[in-house]
Amino acid sequence: MAGVLLIVSAIVFFVTSVIGNPVYNMLPERAPPEQVEQVKKMLGLDKPLYVQYFIFLRNALRGDFGRSYTHHQPALKLIFSRFPATIEIVVVAMLLTVMGGIAGGVYAGAYPNRKLSKTIMGFSILGISLPSFWIGMVFIFFLSVRLGWFPVSGRGEVGVLLGIRTSLATLDGWKHVLLPSVTLAVINIATIIRLVRAGMMETMRQEYIKFARAKGVGERDLLFKHALKNIMIPVVTIFGLQLGELIAFTTITETIYAWPGMGKLLIDSINNLDRPIVSAYLLFVSVLFVVINFVVDILYTWIDPRVEL
Amino acid sequence: MMLQRIAESDFFYHYRRSATAIVSSFLLFFIVFVALLGPLLTPQDPYALSNLHLANAYKPPAWLPGGELRFLLGTDQQGRDILSAIVYGSRVSLFIALLGVLLSSTLGILIGLLAGYVGGRLEAAIMRFADIQLSFPSMLIALFLMTTFGRSVVNIIITLTLIGWVRYARIVRGETLSVRKKEYIEASRVIGYSDIHIMFREVLPNVLNSVIVLSTIQIGTFILLEATLSFLGLGVPATKPTLGMLCSEGFSVLYSGLWWVSFFPGLYIVFIVFAINLFGDFLRDQLNPRLR
Repeated sequence: MAGVLLIVSAIVFFVTSVIGNPVYNMLPERAPPEQVEQVKKMLGLDKPLYVQYFIFLRNALRGDFGRSYTHHQPALKLIFSRFPATIEIVVVAMLLTVMGGIAGGVYAGAYPNRKLSKTIMGFSILGISLPSFWIGMVFIFFLSVRLGWFPVSGRGEVGVLLGIRTSLATLDGWKHVLLPSVTLAVINIATIIRLVRAGMMETMRQEYIKFARAKGVGERDLLFKHALKNIMIPVVTIFGLQLGELIAFTTITETIYAWPGMGKLLIDSINNLDRPIVSAYLLFVSVLFVVINFVVDILYTWIDPRVEL
Repeated sequence: MMLQRIAESDFFYHYRRSATAIVSSFLLFFIVFVALLGPLLTPQDPYALSNLHLANAYKPPAWLPGGELRFLLGTDQQGRDILSAIVYGSRVSLFIALLGVLLSSTLGILIGLLAGYVGGRLEAAIMRFADIQLSFPSMLIALFLMTTFGRSVVNIIITLTLIGWVRYARIVRGETLSVRKKEYIEASRVIGYSDIHIMFREVLPNVLNSVIVLSTIQIGTFILLEATLSFLGLGVPATKPTLGMLCSEGFSVLYSGLWWVSFFPGLYIVFIVFAINLFGDFLRDQLNPRLR
């Protein structure tokens, strides 16, 4: 795990250090060479690259990624301050995915020949063909601008729920959260439906399902207790991957809805060549992914006690 | 005789009986037709500045009040015909995605064959790297690479290649491992065929089915990925607008009510990717039932 992060940190550092020289972004166009040198020294850019890397690594371990060139605040602090907003839409999107994806997939897999199943599958192919920025634009224009059902953009009123400051505590907050979350969830729901359906179709052919049916297990128990439980391993794996995918796609959703999360921060920082934020974001997200993978591994042993870590 | 073989094949039998397959290949045919002959069909060359007149700007689609028949899907803020822009944009989008798939599959197949056939430390190292890369969303890797490389058509294709090879390498390596132990491979070795010959002439044809299925899906994925990058302003340069780029330009006027500028290019992306995914689904069921 630490190895992965070390590799990622090296790649992130060396690649981001190639991105345009931030010195020229901070100074006026015709700055005298002495001033350029001075700023370079201030940022530590005059040292050889590998020395810069070790300094970067040492500081990164202390959570210090430098100050944002544009916001003049510590990069990691800035990301942390935007993190709750991102997590809000990710969590709601994940809930939608779990409900929609599993319900749709179980139904389509258990009764593959019914009309509704075919419709579900048709929608799921359509779902994976949709660019998420386009869903966002269509929602904004037709639901917000034309019909006025939802606010156009931004984060709503923030309230306190169970001691956490979140916009999920207020009605206005929910109104703002809903569209970005649905936008984020659509593709995921489609993916999960397809996966759960494939697993269900395979499981439903098994002997033990026939036996359970013969002994008179109710349909609901049969589907959710007997069949679904046995395909949970691949489903949980995919959920882990999708969670990462969701976090990555917040960059787009947040940009479209002007949602003040860390995804929008990343895109803004890329456009401003704000190197500290870009590298802090990438490493922060990498740590997040490593943690998610770890949790998924633990879940395996919980779902299937035969699995040993 | 070739035609007869195709007509009698199992694949063609299923093809004729599958409505999805026929519909989707018809759609794909249409898309390729439009892309190839596009410039001959469009009413306007959207990038010849002499064709743009501000008097034609902000025209809605033809069926809405104020619309004109010669601008079927309306015009943008510069008086550019949206329909023509879509046709031209689809050419760039498809070109990028197809070349990306071609390069990433070539790279992935080579690496996968090598890893599966040679084995040992090399294999372990390659697969470890592949696993790490796969644990990161491709969107994020693409953002990162494009930020570094800067926006250009060539850079997008490089980025897609660097993202795409992993899936090919994994599939090809897996299948190579299972094929490697078969008797006919041992037989070719006994006859004295070289490793290169065995890898490319004996092993490769047996893993090609999965590669074709994966490639179909990848074209769709790459079109979406490129569109998203271009939408964020990290993809193609403004001089080579793809469908995603058109959406991005249209987004800036969305709030002023010009929905058609971004809506139709996006709709065409959905249309293309949907057709590809439909066909990919059929191919997967036919060529590789195990991948279901």
